[in-house]
Amino acid sequence: MTHLQNISLPGPTITPITKPFWEHLKKGVIMLQRCNTCEEWIFYPRAHCPHCFSESLRWEQASGRGVLKTWSIVHRPGNAAWKPLAPYVVGVVELKEGPSMLSHILTDHSNLAYQQEVEIDLITAGNQPLPFFKVCEEELN
Amino acid sequence: MSAAIVGIGELTPVRYSENKTTLSLIAESVAAALKDAGLQKDDIDGLLVGPQVGETPQHVPATVAEYLGIAPAMANTVDLGGATGAGMVWRAAAAIQMGMCETVVCVLANKHEKGHVPTSPNRNPIREFDVPFGASGANTSYALLKRLHMEKYGSKQEDFAEIAYWARKNAQLNPKAMFHGQPLSVQEVLASPMISDPLRLFEIVMPVAGGAAVIVTSEEKAIRGQHLPVFLKGAGEKITHRAVSQAPDTLPFSYSIPHALDQAKMKIEDIDLLSLYDCYTSVVATTLESTGLCAPGEFGDFIQNHTFGHDGDFPLNTHGGQLGFGQADLAGGMSHVIEAVVQLRGEAGSRQIPDAWHALVTGNGATLSETTALVLGGTP
Repeated sequence: MTHLQNISLPGPTITPITKPFWEHLKKGVIMLQRCNTCEEWIFYPRAHCPHCFSESLRWEQASGRGVLKTWSIVHRPGNAAWKPLAPYVVGVVELKEGPSMLSHILTDHSNLAYQQEVEIDLITAGNQPLPFFKVCEEELN
Repeated sequence: MSAAIVGIGELTPVRYSENKTTLSLIAESVAAALKDAGLQKDDIDGLLVGPQVGETPQHVPATVAEYLGIAPAMANTVDLGGATGAGMVWRAAAAIQMGMCETVVCVLANKHEKGHVPTSPNRNPIREFDVPFGASGANTSYALLKRLHMEKYGSKQEDFAEIAYWARKNAQLNPKAMFHGQPLSVQEVLASPMISDPLRLFEIVMPVAGGAAVIVTSEEKAIRGQHLPVFLKGAGEKITHRAVSQAPDTLPFSYSIPHALDQAKMKIEDIDLLSLYDCYTSVVATTLESTGLCAPGEFGDFIQNHTFGHDGDFPLNTHGGQLGFGQADLAGGMSHVIEAVVQLRGEAGSRQIPDAWHALVTGNGATLSETTALVLGGTP
């Protein structure tokens, strides 16, 4: 995916609330919010807990692992910037911590399987490392 | 419930509009609905419109009211994506029952110009957390939900293709439909280009220009109308999420449809027309599963073992659905309301369902995020 460096892709539109998530990624760690009241993990970042509405949240390192809940091989991207990279895979990853997130899945199309274990693979596009995912190494053997 | 639909106006969809504005298409749609209802412009004292029409991001109801030359006593924007049309109908009835107004026009229209690329100042969580990963637009979001259904239940591409086949088949009896004169075989659906795997081109609605309006009024006024009134018997609505990654693991219409049927004191077996929102084949699949006509994951058996024309076991989207009719943006959702009214009035001509008394109408916005269901009933 080194060719990502040469294409101008739409980066994240970072807000004051979400900034810590992206800043931690620059240091190579994935941190998610966790509620101090109900202990639920939260994604995407918010100013409050969507489970119990507490405003007392902390940032905590996450495993960076999850299972592939669903995926699509995108042949005709909705955003023109992605056209040179098609077909590529996007998927919904259910993180070990509970929340689901959408991501780019770096894998051979023949490796895609429901509930397959995936792990984070930080890919830098522009100045911002993005939490892409790949199939766990041990699963490939 | 004591409100009824007394007027409908629907523009014939065209692939691309020329020399039109959204406001001009709104006015055309409202004029057609007023004519159908036998009412005058000044009878309208309520207005429901979609968001950001006529390139105005704010004050949409006032902009539309001024353009039409009306002074409504109740005006609102309804912003529920494809569920907007159905959502407008019960909101109109609610405003009438509250005594705010008596006659509400619900209108949606879309200009669709060739080469026009909409630009969005979007800074919502989808723009921040989906777009940077390569997921832009509805096709990929719906592809993810379709893939989940296939993996979870073993549903097959052939089953989904059958839904596109019936939409096009039904469109052959609707001269207004975009795909009138262009039937489609299951094989052609399966051979159409892959857009966002597992969704193929012919499983996806075609964007068109068009518009639609319905007029909702009090029972007292409705029974003096020039058509048989079509009454709102029940409604249900649920908004569960926005981004596909945040979708719950429940059937999308598991709240809205039972709620609408309960309000109408009916069972799904009492329904004569299924007018189900169909931006993609997979949406019809999960909506059918939400009705209880088949168990979760079993729409394939259901679709393979029944017929869905006006003369079939389960008449479904007899106007061709949006897959056959075309999707004029939010007005596409209103086409399901309008077809229900046409059928319940007994005015559907060569595609008339015999003994059509009750219709289930659904609307769906974003990625099965905003779901609305209506039960409409004809005049006995």
